[in-house]
Amino acid sequence: MAGSSHRAPLSDVQLRVRALESLLIEKGVVNRETLDGIIDHFENKVGPHIGAGIVARAWTDPDFKARLLDDASATLAELGYTGIEGSHMVVVENTDRIHNLVVCTLCSCYPWPVLGLPPNWYKSTPYRAKAVRDPRGLLKEFGLELSEETEVRVWDSNAEIRYLVLPRRPQGTEHMSEAELQEIVTRDSMVGTGLALLQQ
Amino acid sequence: MQAPDLDSLAGIPLDEEGPVFREPWQAQAFALVLKLHEQGLFTWAEWAERLNRAIAAARDQGDPDLGNTYYHHWLAALESIAADKDLVTAETLARRKDQVREEHQRLHGHSH
Repeated sequence: MAGSSHRAPLSDVQLRVRALESLLIEKGVVNRETLDGIIDHFENKVGPHIGAGIVARAWTDPDFKARLLDDASATLAELGYTGIEGSHMVVVENTDRIHNLVVCTLCSCYPWPVLGLPPNWYKSTPYRAKAVRDPRGLLKEFGLELSEETEVRVWDSNAEIRYLVLPRRPQGTEHMSEAELQEIVTRDSMVGTGLALLQQ
Repeated sequence: MQAPDLDSLAGIPLDEEGPVFREPWQAQAFALVLKLHEQGLFTWAEWAERLNRAIAAARDQGDPDLGNTYYHHWLAALESIAADKDLVTAETLARRKDQVREEHQRLHGHSH
């Protein structure tokens, strides 16, 4: 895919909304925080629960997992999760030796059809810079200490490819149903700044 | 946050949990309208009238209006009401749109 597909330019409506929003913010008519608050409040349809459902299914259905890792775009399209025009979804799997971390160093490309809108830290310059320079240090800030043996792989999203982390299924969850598993998959675990954890 | 009376807004894609957005820009456009209304810049009746006008205009131009273009109309209505309320002129908006496009191209103008 490298360099072959076209870059996704912003659509006309995206440009118009961004232009209007930025002008109204500059005029002080609205402010970014309240807008984000409203969007968070109403974005209950497209949110991390979708990604969590996909992860829970991958944990319980080996065939689905294999297809997901092989071709996430096609597999998710089968489930009706499309919407990132002109870009591909790639699912990267955490193992006992590999921990994956997703960033967008240039802006804030994010797999929003499965995770909703990105959190503010994902869009911040410090996160974007440190993810590349010092991913282990960054993960520590998120409270995640990985062993020396674990390799950290950093995936830089862009307009063409967006990544979703398939976190490891925690031990002690063998008895849990797919629906129960979905509850323990956090947004951060699918970005790679957290783990799926069994609530104690 | 005070919930708006969404039922008064004809045609808004809703389910039992609230508005349904297909893409982030739709939520953005939605939030802007909510906020401007909250600031008292227009009433819901005024908004509904404006939105209906935008929908009618699109239909006149051949939009079958099946619901999938709802937020396009929403955005058109928002632009028109923002201009009428002297918030943002069409010229300023067009200029800013170019700037946003250039900025986006600058950020993404790289090969992977």
